Amino acid sequence: MPHAPHAPQAVALPASLDEAVDALAATPTAVPVAGGTDLMAAVNSGRLRPSALVGLGRIAEIRGWQYQDGHALLGAGLTHARMGRPDFAALIPGLAAAARTAGPPQIRNAGTLGGNIASAAPTGDSLPVLAALEATVIVAGPGGARREVPVSHLLAGVEMLRGGELIGYVRVPLLHAPQVFLKATGRTGPGRATASVALVLDPGRRAVRCAVGAVAPMPLRPLEAEQWIAGLIDWDNSRALVPDAVTAFGDYVAAACIPDPAPAADGSVQKLPPAVQHLRRTVAALARRALGRALS
Amino acid sequence: MSIDTVTAADGTGPLHGIGASVPRDDVDAKIAGTFAYAADLWAEGLLWAAVLRSPHPRARILSVDTTHAREMPGVHAVITAEDVPGEALYGRGRADRPVFASEVVRHHGEPIAAVAADHPDTARMAAAAVIVEYEVLDPVTDPESAFEAEPLHPDGNLIRHIPLRHGDPEAAGEIVVEGTYRIGRQDPAPVGAEAGLAVPRPDGGVEFYVGSTDPHAHRDAAAACYGLEPERVRVVVTGVPGADADREDPAFLLPLGLLALRTGCPVKLAVSREDSFMGHTHRHPTLLRYRHHADAQGRLVKVEAQILLDGGAYADSSAEALAAAVSFACGPYVVPHAFVEGWAVRTNNPPSGYVRGEGALQVCAAYEAQMDKLARKLDLDPAELRARNVLATGDVLPTGQSVTCPAPVAELLAAVREAPMPELPKDTPVEEWLLPGGPEGPGDPSAVRRGVGYGIGMVHLLGAEGSDEVATATVKVKDGVGTVLCAAVESGQGFATLARQIVQEVLGVEDVVVAPVDTDQPPAGAGSRGRHTWVSAGAVERAAKMVRTQLLQPLAHKFGMSTELLQIAEGKITSYDGVLSTTVVEALAGKELWATAQCRPHPTEPLDADGQGDAYVGLAFCAVRAVVDVDVEIGAVRVVELAVAQDVGRVLNPAQLRARIESGLTQGVGIALTENLRTQRGVVRHPDLAGYALPTALDAPDVRVVRLVEERDVVAPFGAKSVSTVPVVTAPAAIASAVRAATGRLVNRLPIRPQAAVVTGQ
Repeated sequence: MPHAPHAPQAVALPASLDEAVDALAATPTAVPVAGGTDLMAAVNSGRLRPSALVGLGRIAEIRGWQYQDGHALLGAGLTHARMGRPDFAALIPGLAAAARTAGPPQIRNAGTLGGNIASAAPTGDSLPVLAALEATVIVAGPGGARREVPVSHLLAGVEMLRGGELIGYVRVPLLHAPQVFLKATGRTGPGRATASVALVLDPGRRAVRCAVGAVAPMPLRPLEAEQWIAGLIDWDNSRALVPDAVTAFGDYVAAACIPDPAPAADGSVQKLPPAVQHLRRTVAALARRALGRALS
Repeated sequence: MSIDTVTAADGTGPLHGIGASVPRDDVDAKIAGTFAYAADLWAEGLLWAAVLRSPHPRARILSVDTTHAREMPGVHAVITAEDVPGEALYGRGRADRPVFASEVVRHHGEPIAAVAADHPDTARMAAAAVIVEYEVLDPVTDPESAFEAEPLHPDGNLIRHIPLRHGDPEAAGEIVVEGTYRIGRQDPAPVGAEAGLAVPRPDGGVEFYVGSTDPHAHRDAAAACYGLEPERVRVVVTGVPGADADREDPAFLLPLGLLALRTGCPVKLAVSREDSFMGHTHRHPTLLRYRHHADAQGRLVKVEAQILLDGGAYADSSAEALAAAVSFACGPYVVPHAFVEGWAVRTNNPPSGYVRGEGALQVCAAYEAQMDKLARKLDLDPAELRARNVLATGDVLPTGQSVTCPAPVAELLAAVREAPMPELPKDTPVEEWLLPGGPEGPGDPSAVRRGVGYGIGMVHLLGAEGSDEVATATVKVKDGVGTVLCAAVESGQGFATLARQIVQEVLGVEDVVVAPVDTDQPPAGAGSRGRHTWVSAGAVERAAKMVRTQLLQPLAHKFGMSTELLQIAEGKITSYDGVLSTTVVEALAGKELWATAQCRPHPTEPLDADGQGDAYVGLAFCAVRAVVDVDVEIGAVRVVELAVAQDVGRVLNPAQLRARIESGLTQGVGIALTENLRTQRGVVRHPDLAGYALPTALDAPDVRVVRLVEERDVVAPFGAKSVSTVPVVTAPAAIASAVRAATGRLVNRLPIRPQAAVVTGQ
């Protein structure tokens, strides 16, 4: 639409992260856009009318990844399609699995890792994986400044992006162990998660880390359930568990993420509505299956 | 998707004429992306329209202030209810719906004002700048409470009530089963959202360029609304981007044309997906209560039912839908005693209207659930129980009408029962299985149970209860090229292809052109309930035969024989004895031959006070066997295969027939599993294609067409029955039956919610 009266007055297309930060500083009301899969839907429906855009698509440095003392430094501009490929899956299988289920091919070709974090939608598929990996976000600020923020802090709003800052990279540990991402959707074809579970094994720290997505505004970590199951795993041998323990883990995770309502003053406990009960059963099944797959 | 059929369509058959898999003539343009839909139209100096819709399901409008909107640069006109020059109300059957709400709002999304501006964004901004003051009222959204609630409309809340009484009310069976069923609100969700262009005429009238599916009715509605003679309103039908319901109906057209009349400029409206969901009508959400009585052998004795259709804010086609629901409440089974009470009521929910199989679909899901329940109680195979009760030609429907058309229900059921089961993927590695939940999904083979279920459905063909079904067609031939002029809209159902085939068959010419449709042609009716396959194609055939007589008469006269002794095939005219042999082009000798004919099937009568009457012209049946996989822990369902046997009368085009059956079954998968336009206290939730989940290619099951029963219906042209609707009606019932078999759960709601398909072991 060439003559749109609200078309952005300016579109900056910086070639580096620092240039992008400068462009944002020059036009503080500008909105950064990467894949645009969420942003443009908001613009097209009239919910968002940015006065200017800073396009991040030409910043080569954030479209790949590099290695850094046992971690991978993932560019925020990595697309879901790129993360879904086998070479990436060999590095961070959980993130690759989430990327492969994130919508139809058109969305995966455009949507980026950084955009998923910035949108922070409850159904963002990469978010529970990043939470389980305890990833940190490297934020680029004015004057070449860089600071690290745990992704869970960003998603929970403990720390926020400041004006003029951009998500540059995501720092993810390389764990060299099984990782699983499972999501329940309404149909066989691509769809939004009704519940999702990411589970990673960290043999170095003898830990299991798990995050549940889509059931709350941000991914939830069932820390007690993680510690309990990690204590049962024989890390030095086959890492096998009895099936009952795997099932109990699923129920533990589900009860932690979807708790029973607090008892009323008279001590009576209200039952969860049927739809919530079903959601809890679904989370339990996903967590059980995720642990089973990780240990098999 | 693999396709398996009994009739080969691999190009070995004839290339043209009736019975051949003649391809559609718009295939190349559609594949190349050059096919012009209404959204592609352009006119010099055109303006863009936008419609302001109510955010409340029920409210009193205290004031509408358009001052700011009018003053915005680029805005040419802002119109509200005050600007409607003619009839303020319109509606199908009953004029009860205002073009723009003026005093009260009756549903979320009801139009309040419309804007024409020089840019679509300006138009949308201006619409948003119209200040409307509402006094929000408590909406009536539960159809059961509509009876008691204060009237939502001067016409009252009861749109129609049919108390069908057939047989002895005291009759009772040894076995009784009861159930309550709920069907959701399916949206037609056409692939292409509504779009159109209105152009003012020099004579003060207006022309529409739209993908309308019922152009004459829409023209009449527009003319009445504008206070113009129908001759001064013309609807020109452009490419239709998919239609399984009414398209570009008056709700869409009336504001658009009014803006063109007001501004004197061409005005275009191409709605957003959200506007599309808010603007058109939906399938009736339905509540059904059933009691089936049977004897110890499982033969049905009596059916009692209560059916409540939620018509939404306006009547639209609710009365027709209710007639179908009540008439077919017992399904294609012999039921000696039936007492069915049906109501269609008004609520503050989004308006319901016609979507394929309206009425028949809702009851099919319920009566088939009852048959499963009965089979369980009698410990009988559900397919066997159905076989003991099926209807045949000569039986009487609960409406008192005798079934005179072919009704090969027993044969259809037997065919799907005998069909081989889909093979288990035992030779492929587990990782490659497509489990419920999709590829890369959470599926776990140990939690997956397979279920097999059956559904038998029936629909009526053509309009019912005395509606005048008529179509007029003109056929001409010149220089070996045939042309068909008929106002039947090609909406994807294949009418244009069928019309070409008919002329090829009758006149022996290969090149046949189907002219574009506009309202200067005589009417052919709406493209629903198989009307065009029957009535419009019948008119084309009659006209083509009249041209044939004109062509052959002089030759026959010359050789002293009757025209019946002459044959036309492959462009050649030959006599029975071989003495005469000439070509069609030679026989035409440069002349152009024309003929116009009408087709009007035998009349029907309205249902009487007891729901009795010969209300239907024709019936069509099909049987579906569904095979589903259910992840019984998380309730994910995947339809593995649908095997279908259908009563088609006669196969006119095997390739199109198969495509229509597949598309119908897939639409049925949608309502069975995912499609439900949800509302919360009357407010539509998630009117977009992310929130409203249509079946994707991965959700579409394998389709096995096991038998197409060709028993010709003697009263139908060619003996053919329309094929699109009955698979839509039957598939959801069969899928629900299969989920029931897999899980042992009741499954009394469509779409099937995941929590209804889990096995909790409690």
